[in-house]
Amino acid sequence: MVYHMRTRKTKKTIPPIAKINIKSYQANSAPKAYLDDLGSVTSDQKKNMLAAGVDPTQKSRSGTYVQMDHNVVHARSLYPGLEVMSTSEALKKYEWLDNYFWKVVALDADEFTRQAHLQQHHGYFLRALPGVKATYPLQACLFINDNNIIQNVHNIIIAEEGSDLQVITGCATASDVRRGLHIGISEFYVKKGARLTFTMIHNWAEDVSVRPRTAALVEAGATFLSNYICLKPVKDLQMYPKAELIGRGAVARYNTILFAHPGSRLDVGSRVILKAKDSRAEVVARAVSAGGDIIARGHLKGEVAGIKAHLECRGLMVSEKGLIHAIPELEGHVAGVDMSHEAAVGKIAHEEIEYLMSRGLSQGEAQAAIVRGFLDTSIMGLPASLQKEVDQAISACEKEVF
Amino acid sequence: MLKIENLTVKVADKEVLSDINMQLKPGEQMALLGPNGSGKTSLLMTIIGFANYQITRGDIIFKGKRINELSIDQRARLGIGVMFQRPPTVRGIKLRQMIQLISKDKFNTDKEASLLNLKDFLGRDLNLGFSGGEIKRSELLQLLAVAPNLCLFDEPESGVDLENIALVGKLINRILQKNKDNASLIITHTGYILDYVQADRGCILVGGKLHCMGNPKEILETVKKHGYEWCITCAREKPKKQYHQSRK
Ligand SMILES: Nc1ncnc2c1ncn2[C@@H]1O[C@H](COP(=O)(O)OP(=O)(O)OP(=O)(O)O)[C@@H](O)[C@H]1O
Ligand SMILES: [Mg+2]
Repeated sequence: MVYHMRTRKTKKTIPPIAKINIKSYQANSAPKAYLDDLGSVTSDQKKNMLAAGVDPTQKSRSGTYVQMDHNVVHARSLYPGLEVMSTSEALKKYEWLDNYFWKVVALDADEFTRQAHLQQHHGYFLRALPGVKATYPLQACLFINDNNIIQNVHNIIIAEEGSDLQVITGCATASDVRRGLHIGISEFYVKKGARLTFTMIHNWAEDVSVRPRTAALVEAGATFLSNYICLKPVKDLQMYPKAELIGRGAVARYNTILFAHPGSRLDVGSRVILKAKDSRAEVVARAVSAGGDIIARGHLKGEVAGIKAHLECRGLMVSEKGLIHAIPELEGHVAGVDMSHEAAVGKIAHEEIEYLMSRGLSQGEAQAAIVRGFLDTSIMGLPASLQKEVDQAISACEKEVF
Repeated sequence: MLKIENLTVKVADKEVLSDINMQLKPGEQMALLGPNGSGKTSLLMTIIGFANYQITRGDIIFKGKRINELSIDQRARLGIGVMFQRPPTVRGIKLRQMIQLISKDKFNTDKEASLLNLKDFLGRDLNLGFSGGEIKRSELLQLLAVAPNLCLFDEPESGVDLENIALVGKLINRILQKNKDNASLIITHTGYILDYVQADRGCILVGGKLHCMGNPKEILETVKKHGYEWCITCAREKPKKQYHQSRK
């Protein structure tokens, strides 16, 4: 049981993620009935939702949106001033909403954005009216129940001026789903002085491909906090969400926690474009490879003087297989930008393992404890109640992972 | 409890222990002295089984069982525990979580931590930014939770202020008294800890070799007066029995 700190002799590189044949997935699914009472989801659905942070009992929630395959099965707000409905419903209700579609995400960005436009299957519309501050988060769940389908959603979140909105979104599949394709367009608007805390937990299946296309527009004095957690196996996931800070003093913070199982391919980054004076950004990623491949990207672009931004990526290899490739990018366009990054990829120090083992933990237990500690969610700076929820979701995932 | 026979150990191709023979009876506490770099820590690391310390010859027998080939955790679960001189920092694992992971039976973490003035440290990453004295107390708190039968204390008092030495001494006694058969090896440079912990015997390690075996206080006095060099020649020139051997 001697560990060797040797450099790899074989030069491994991450091959590009295989092209997806969109046509190989079915655009039809068995219709799912609207559920007045969310408690009537099956126990399997419930378990998989819970592992994605979505609680069908709606305890400590301000409202819920659940979409199964191509049907909205539940959409209701429990808090005055918060709106919850499908985007297709919202488009009928609000004429102005058209202006919010394809505004921060470009329609012609790639084949997935085009696909989502040509064949939209709802998506959630979540909105906090001006000044509304709810204690509990809204939750939204995009669920794939049938095997081999394509799900194209278009989501819109609007935190109106001075509001404080928390959102937990979970994406999950039924346990017997093997293959699928999820395309999710998400456009977020954080208006003047508002605060949006967006926490997304992915709980996909081994052969599901996932292509979120997400962007946020953050106005003066507003804060956008985005947390992303993916601990479960997924075939391949590629996303590079972006926040544009367009108002003075706007703040964006991205926290990402990734765990790549053997066979999983994650190409995940966060990008912040700082376009206004005094805007700030922080991008933090923790990536663990247990045999899968991770490309952890980060991109900060400072377009005006007086901005400050930092990028941090830490990777941990726990297997001889797999790869972590950190690609931090800083782009300063004028003098007077203050941007920095730090990246580190390593393996668990064997002194730490031996130390824990000397107290009676097996090698596996010691490793799991260190990995769990590495994936510490307290970096996310969540409100205590939300932190508890996220930790519960994570331990639900972990039970299966470790 | 512990029997070490003709033990020779290499670290990174360098011999750090040569032909060590030593025996600890149940309930026996032994002080281990020796200058810097003489191999004291290496002996402890070899007993617990750290991979860097390769046994090239000899046997370690614990509770009647040869443990040379056992993994670290197997040895720990058999009842060997180490208070480390320089434990690594483990980011992400809080002291409280560590105690929960390792404690055997019901263990009142909060109470024990406050007795050790460590309450504020329970929420901190293990050893991260702990001072010298804080590390000692955190190590002892962990050993208290694990309750080993053979305790290997690596310089329990170094870096500990006078007030805390009493605390450390008391705690070591508590750990040892959990079972009447509990035995220990206590590494010390100053011997201060021996004012609190009753050692039955002492020995000296110089240059990887064990040189003397006898009354710990007497050995300490001799070292203080004449230095370790004298001890080596003393051992060479006179049969060691004539010197520091005294009855328990
Ligand atoms: N991992 C290692 N690599 C190389 N040399 C080592 C290693 N560990 C120990 N040594 C060497 O082995 C010798 C004995 O070291 P050890 O730590 O056992 O001494 P010690 O008696 O505990 O000293 P101190 O009183 O300073 O704690 C020293 O010369 C040390 O440098
Ligand atoms: Mg030492």
